[in-house]
Amino acid sequence: MISAVDYIRILPELVLSVFGILVMIVDPLIPEQSPKRPLGMIALVGVLAGLAATAYQVGFYGDAFFHSVQVNTFSVFFHIVILLIALVVLLTSCEYLEVQKIRAGEYYGLILFGTVGMMLMTSAVELVLIFIALEISSISTYILAGMRRRVAESSESSLKYFLLGSFATAFFLYGVAMVYGATGSTNIYTIAHALRTQQSTLAYLAVGLMFVGLGFKVAAAPFHVWTPDVYEGSPAPVVALMSTGPKAAAFAVLLRVLFGTGAIGWFWIVWLAAILSMTLGNIGALVQQNVKRLLAYSSIAHAGYLLVAFAAGREVGISGAIFYTATYAAMNVGAFAVVSHLSGEGEKYVTIDDYAGLGRRSPPLAGILTIFLLSLIGIPATGGFFAKFYVFSAAFQSGLTGLVIIGVINSAIAAYYYLRIIVHMYMRDERTEAPVARIPATLGIGLAISLIATIYLGVLPGRLLEYALTSARDLVK
Amino acid sequence: MVPLSYYLILSAVLFACGVAGFLIKRNIITTFLSIELMLNGVNLSFVAFAAQLKSLDGHIFVFFVMVVAAAEAAVGLAIIISVFRTRETLNVDRVNVLKL
Repeated sequence: MISAVDYIRILPELVLSVFGILVMIVDPLIPEQSPKRPLGMIALVGVLAGLAATAYQVGFYGDAFFHSVQVNTFSVFFHIVILLIALVVLLTSCEYLEVQKIRAGEYYGLILFGTVGMMLMTSAVELVLIFIALEISSISTYILAGMRRRVAESSESSLKYFLLGSFATAFFLYGVAMVYGATGSTNIYTIAHALRTQQSTLAYLAVGLMFVGLGFKVAAAPFHVWTPDVYEGSPAPVVALMSTGPKAAAFAVLLRVLFGTGAIGWFWIVWLAAILSMTLGNIGALVQQNVKRLLAYSSIAHAGYLLVAFAAGREVGISGAIFYTATYAAMNVGAFAVVSHLSGEGEKYVTIDDYAGLGRRSPPLAGILTIFLLSLIGIPATGGFFAKFYVFSAAFQSGLTGLVIIGVINSAIAAYYYLRIIVHMYMRDERTEAPVARIPATLGIGLAISLIATIYLGVLPGRLLEYALTSARDLVK
Repeated sequence: MVPLSYYLILSAVLFACGVAGFLIKRNIITTFLSIELMLNGVNLSFVAFAAQLKSLDGHIFVFFVMVVAAAEAAVGLAIIISVFRTRETLNVDRVNVLKL
């Protein structure tokens, strides 16, 4: 029987869907020439309502809709992370859309629908529901990637994202079919129960195929080739969303598939993907001139660090991965918010040379970007440091010394290209005429949220880490 | 009664054809069709397993997959049209503004 509690357990998704539909209804009512800013405000209210709904869920842990949705500390954690990402992205978009002269109401609607998909991915425990949620989030982001319709790069990146994304989803789905054949069910817990009694070849194959599908979504090597192209061509705030939101959701699904089901035999695949992602990501980033492209390679590398935590396994590894996802989201979404503000009309100013002398032209923006970049390197007192520290110490405790050494060497390589941006900002003369617009209030709030999150996690990580440990226990229970 | 393995092999062959088509074909529409072929290969496995396990779940999943594939096709074709407008070609090798 479906009761009212069931609906409370999907309340954040419901709230966001309602607001998404509201945006679509109000869109045509706004006169032709007036700005679409009110729609952004509706979407913002929607995300805040979603956060409130998530907070309300805390008292209602449990399963819903015939054990297809599960609300616990794990799903609530990812809900909050994804909603905060959406909040910052919306705050960034308000200004961006006006500067780029994109007058599209559906932009805000799609961000909300995409967020619904991502949130559902983290709370679903039924593989078919996970597949549908994955598609909701992917299809929304495919369209968002092509939002600068008249720009060839944007539609090209949309096409590449679409083709490779659907290709990957097909692999994921084939994995679901295999696991259905092996265990007769697609529910994570029933699968876990069935796999405890017997492991079959089909189950190994299933986990491998699902890893391929999710590997594409999280941009882990060797499934990362689409990332730089898509990130370069897509609108900057959309990149902020898709480099963090769907990634966080896909990592949550990966945690459920690998640890929730108790599947075995994936260790070496993850181990190899971790090493490849870290190395290829960091080496690729060294030669980039375009900042968006550089951050794309950096996001591949960060997926690699996260997979180190997966390889470490056990509760420490899982909680390290959860903590890393949150930290990475905070710093990366902030960095892309700065990039999207600086990009200017038509995204003309996105190369490292355009950042030359930013320290003099706009000290606050340069300072904020520096903090995010330092956090991405993993300098102490920023969230990035503790995230890396927990991941590597988890790997060390699991005896993966080789992986830790490769990871640390990679962090050192990564420092070079992040510092290169900082050096350009503070030590080069301004060569370009790239103007720096004033920071509007919306963007200011967005930057403040990600900045506070990044520094808070770097100074007082204890509470979140404890929460991550609780979530990890809930996941493997 | 046709044994389960026949269906599974056929579905694997369909899926492999889709993968090969995706990697080899140069026309965007054909590439897109290859993805649909992969999805249909998966559908066949679902149905075959459902018949073997005598459960209805697998049959229902196929409907979900078809709905999602239809949604994907709608968005995909729209994206292809927008690419054609800016580039006037449907050859993947010539859609290459973004490069390493």
